[in-house]
Amino acid sequence: MAVVETRKLTKVYAKAELGAVNEVDLLVREGEFLVFLGPSGSGKTTLLRMIAGLEEPTRGEVRIGGRDVTRLAPRDRGIAMVFQSYALYPHLTVRKNILFPLQAQKVPRARHAEKVEWASSLLGIGHLLERRPRELSGGERQRVALARAIVREPQVFLLDEPLSNLDAKLRASAREELSRFHKRVGTTTIYVTHDQIEAMAMGDRVVVLAQGVVRQIGTPREVYDQPADTFVATFLGSPPMNLMEAGEVIAGFRPEHLLPASLATGPAVPLRLRVATVEYLGAERIVYGVLLGGRFDGQKVVSRIPATVPAAYAADETHDFVVPEDRLEFFERASGKRTGRREFAWR
Amino acid sequence: MALRSSTRLGVAMFAPALIYIAAVVGLPLCLAFLYSVGDVRVGSVGYHFVGLDNFRSVLRSPTFRRSLANSFVFTIVTQLIVIVCANLLALALRDRFRGRGFVRFLVLLPWVAPISLGAIGWKWLLDSIYSVVNWVLVHLHLVRPFDAPMWLGEPRLAMASVILVHAWRMLPFSTVILLAGLTSIPKDIPEAAAVDGAGFWRSYFRIVLPMMTPIINVAVLFGVIFTFTDMTVVYILTRGGPYDSTQVLPSLAFFTGILGSDLSEGAAISVFLVPILAVIAILMLRVAQKAEVV
Repeated sequence: MAVVETRKLTKVYAKAELGAVNEVDLLVREGEFLVFLGPSGSGKTTLLRMIAGLEEPTRGEVRIGGRDVTRLAPRDRGIAMVFQSYALYPHLTVRKNILFPLQAQKVPRARHAEKVEWASSLLGIGHLLERRPRELSGGERQRVALARAIVREPQVFLLDEPLSNLDAKLRASAREELSRFHKRVGTTTIYVTHDQIEAMAMGDRVVVLAQGVVRQIGTPREVYDQPADTFVATFLGSPPMNLMEAGEVIAGFRPEHLLPASLATGPAVPLRLRVATVEYLGAERIVYGVLLGGRFDGQKVVSRIPATVPAAYAADETHDFVVPEDRLEFFERASGKRTGRREFAWR
Repeated sequence: MALRSSTRLGVAMFAPALIYIAAVVGLPLCLAFLYSVGDVRVGSVGYHFVGLDNFRSVLRSPTFRRSLANSFVFTIVTQLIVIVCANLLALALRDRFRGRGFVRFLVLLPWVAPISLGAIGWKWLLDSIYSVVNWVLVHLHLVRPFDAPMWLGEPRLAMASVILVHAWRMLPFSTVILLAGLTSIPKDIPEAAAVDGAGFWRSYFRIVLPMMTPIINVAVLFGVIFTFTDMTVVYILTRGGPYDSTQVLPSLAFFTGILGSDLSEGAAISVFLVPILAVIAILMLRVAQKAEVV
């Protein structure tokens, strides 16, 4: 277990271009599960690869366990990595795949069998040891990749979208399993994903990246409930946050807080809405509508109504909605940054 | 029953290739088998079946036995050199660097240039009087003037020269095949090996090379067949000399059958190539199939 730190870490591929990763300062705490979340091209994988030593930084420093490892080869950093493709060695059996890091790290031969046994039973792949990767399912491959990573007890785990090759159902269970696995081994883990559900579900903290810049670092609750700027506000959450511009201020509210007026408790902003379309998703309904009257006449908004609310909605109907005032977020229009509560002219 | 038009089109498209192979490969092969059990000479009109007489006579000839051994030495050593060098070149040419395209072009040059031109160039380089190689060696004070090696005139040196020139010629072909194999390995895999703690050698010999085995087998299979059946380099550089020390089966067959007008014995010599090549081909195909990965 170790602390991972980056200082002004930067990667520029072509001069005069914006870097893929720009001046990233991070501190991953001991035993923490940190998630890099961002759209494709946000630099999250490049950042991970620089920490792994697979990509050379243009500037900046990487420190693992207090040691400057910026110029060290991957194998001297005490890390293990699971690749998006799993990168299992196709010509070796599962057992030999798991053995490979032990041999490469010159772990005494006498300990090999015991280590393989430990890693494979931890991941429940003991019965697969003599198979080759191509004879395994996606979920099994992912476990083998994890076993290969854990077997030499690294200081830090790096995971690059390890669930993206699994089907949706398997992904949910693998997510839960991975969280449990992390709690059990307690190794400092950095996890890259573009899937906000994975990030929210697994991360102790989430780093939201866009265009190679850290937009926010915080617990899942912080990045969701108190987004640092309009990018984070709209990137997290599905459907994204509704944003309204008035003068120098942008007001935002999540679709789940735009609710039928009948549910209002406490002070709330009333909004009248003409329904455009309704998506019935079983557990909830997504209502796409257009505001009527007032300053925001014609603005599109989205509401998310749980199945427990009995009201019925259909296209072209007009309904009264409200947003509780304490659920409003405010951003500066110029910078997009979050600000405190502001006067906002709804009319 | 009338054939469907698509079938007819298929037959029409396939026919030229079939006719070409039948006429240029199949027919001569049949003739070679026929001649090898007959008594045909250049200019003779009759044909008498003589059974295995030609084979017996060939097997008794020391020149034939020497050529057979030479063929194996020539093929095996050439392929060893080619595969090692092609691996090195493929590794060097995989990564981007300034001028990579030009270097790739240079590497390919021996393959695209007509072999007769290349071999004649080498004949000059290795000539006993005008040898550029010797001139360089003399000026580097590595050999004394007037005592320079006779590259094509001494049995061992001649064999080495023939092998090196043929390796030079085969190298581009193997390099291109191996380069294709190397670039088809996903980048993640050597990277995973690097993270797992492997250095260059371990990663190369434990991961990359085994993954390339099937494609290396293809390169070796073609290389062996091209080398075993080739006589161009030998013919132009040494004509099999000195004292048959560089004579190989194809050149011996040519000298005996065409230049020596004993078609039957020449055919018998060349028929010896068939089982050897068949065994090699079956072996290599089997290995390639077994080693198939991913």
